[in-house]
Amino acid sequence: MIPDVRGYLREARMPHILCPGCGHGIVLGALLRAVHTLGIPQDRLAVVAGIGCSSRLAGYVDACTLHTTHGRALAFATGLKLARPELVVIVLTGDGDGLSIGGNHLIHAARRNVDLTCILFNNAVYGMTGGQVAPTTQPGWLASTAPYGHPEPAFDGCALVQGAGGTFVARSMAYDPLGLQSILTEALQHRGFSYVEVLTDCPVYFGRYNRLGEGPELLWSQKARFGEVGQMLQAKRFVTPDGTAPAGRVEGLRFGILHRSERPEFTRVCWSQVKQGGNP
Amino acid sequence: MARLRLVRGNTACAYGALSAGCRFYAGYPITPSSEVAEEMARLLPRVGGVFVQMEDEMASLAACIGASLGGLRSMTATSGPGFTLMQEHLGYAALAEIPCVVVDVMRLGPSTGFPTAPAQGDVLQARWGSHGDYPMVVLAPAGVQEVFELTAAAFEVADRFRTPVVVLYDEVVGHMMEPATLPELSELVASGKWRRPSPPVQGTYLPYAYREGTPPPLVSFGEGPRYHVTGLIHDESGFPTQDPDEVGEMLRRLNGKLPEIPAGQLHPELVATGDAEVVVVAYGITARAARAAVRQARELGVRAGLFRPRVLWPSPATALRELSGRVGMFVVAEMNFGQWAREVERLVGRWAEVATVNQVDGTPLSPQAILERVLEVTGPVPSAAAGRKIP
Repeated sequence: MIPDVRGYLREARMPHILCPGCGHGIVLGALLRAVHTLGIPQDRLAVVAGIGCSSRLAGYVDACTLHTTHGRALAFATGLKLARPELVVIVLTGDGDGLSIGGNHLIHAARRNVDLTCILFNNAVYGMTGGQVAPTTQPGWLASTAPYGHPEPAFDGCALVQGAGGTFVARSMAYDPLGLQSILTEALQHRGFSYVEVLTDCPVYFGRYNRLGEGPELLWSQKARFGEVGQMLQAKRFVTPDGTAPAGRVEGLRFGILHRSERPEFTRVCWSQVKQGGNP
Repeated sequence: MARLRLVRGNTACAYGALSAGCRFYAGYPITPSSEVAEEMARLLPRVGGVFVQMEDEMASLAACIGASLGGLRSMTATSGPGFTLMQEHLGYAALAEIPCVVVDVMRLGPSTGFPTAPAQGDVLQARWGSHGDYPMVVLAPAGVQEVFELTAAAFEVADRFRTPVVVLYDEVVGHMMEPATLPELSELVASGKWRRPSPPVQGTYLPYAYREGTPPPLVSFGEGPRYHVTGLIHDESGFPTQDPDEVGEMLRRLNGKLPEIPAGQLHPELVATGDAEVVVVAYGITARAARAAVRQARELGVRAGLFRPRVLWPSPATALRELSGRVGMFVVAEMNFGQWAREVERLVGRWAEVATVNQVDGTPLSPQAILERVLEVTGPVPSAAAGRKIP
């Protein structure tokens, strides 16, 4: 039985701004179900977001919501969490927001091990600005700023966060909302910095430029490319509908909970110094 | 008990913040402001507050805004290059109307410039550094005691008008040591004033529904109704709007919310302006040189006065214009190429002559340089004093 989580939404703000076929709503649904399952009261929930399509989701969640500047949601969230450790603070960010302009804040939030749950929506493209390459765009893929194929390699956000000291690192996909929900449930329970990267789709730009089809096909293609059924579907149209394979090879991304460890949590360390009156 | 101590401006700044209830500091080291961070790192945990050194200046002010929304009075301190990076979030705090205090200890720019040398080159950046039209309060202390007082005042102004406030002073004021009356640490610990009270809210909280020209008091996240904060142009409820009427109205209200004197104690200081024929306009460390220059000019028989703004923005237009009704000449002394002089010219240029004396070489303006300029614009000194040497 899938719970009804409409109570967590600001329905008065609908219709939302996302395009038909966009997978972001699936991710938000999974997140709200995870929040609901854990029984987190809305008054204790804060959602902080940056700039981009995925960050606009914050405005639709009935919680204390903070829509910040491009790339810097984690820094705002760090301040908020330090001031109000009792809040459950979720950060919504996109791949451009979190890994490009906000990359520095991401690695430092991971290093500090601030008790935040950061959900990074990876659709391999800048959607809100019209389809430019993202740091997650694989080499060879097409974008409005890569008309001859993207000449750069892509970031593996999970590897980056783990390297920076993140204590909970996972990857999932919008194609698999129930698997995503269970990962998010665990991420929200983790005490420390949790990072969940979610593959989602942008049919309007990424799908169109790369001839990968509409939303369903695009999500399928992600599943096919990275999932266990990839072998079977590799030859089918879901991956390369017109037979023109992208020039570059897609590196295998790993899925599931990729890393978990325990380290002192930053907010607690700071406030324990305060309790001791600065006397170590 | 408060007691007189020999401290530097940056130390007084930290004490001013703590005495005003500041309980959160996020910053990034930069000369010549780093002592503010070091004092806050040492003192905050002892008075029930949190210090964090962030990864850069954007993050520093972002964390302050986040903590302020959480109910803690928050501050960061920086200098020119860092202040440039903070412009993004000064604009955010101005539009989202989240109180915070930013200290900018000015060094010589542009760019990395001359990091250990004083200057007053951030005066226009402090006002207009972020994109778009927005209100800004900029306070300019001229001595160590005043750094303490104005930093404390900055928090009151920030909360009252829900706006970022910049405390702007130069490297000399930041590093020089003077006697100043500062509270004891035990007083600060006992004050316990460390969380902004959230107002009670009946029904829906409209965080941007102005009353009598100012936004309502801020409800801290987690303490009352849930609401939305964004850097997008928003309506009274805080949600984005693209309706031209609402957009225009919102920006008109925002840009009109600050009174000329944002707090009672922040009037400009006038020295010997009653009978003055020429008034030197100066702030920060330059005002101290100007004070000496005015005294020396008087000794030479020149009826000189001093106008020292404590608030640079909003500019004290009424006081300056009043003065221009009876003073024909202004000499604006600054350690830049005439940044605030533009404002003086704009305000009184129709009625009075505005001359400038500028020094941009990494050293403070001397009384002598200001005096010479005063004598240049007033012409030959009266005969009685003509034979005297310039001291």
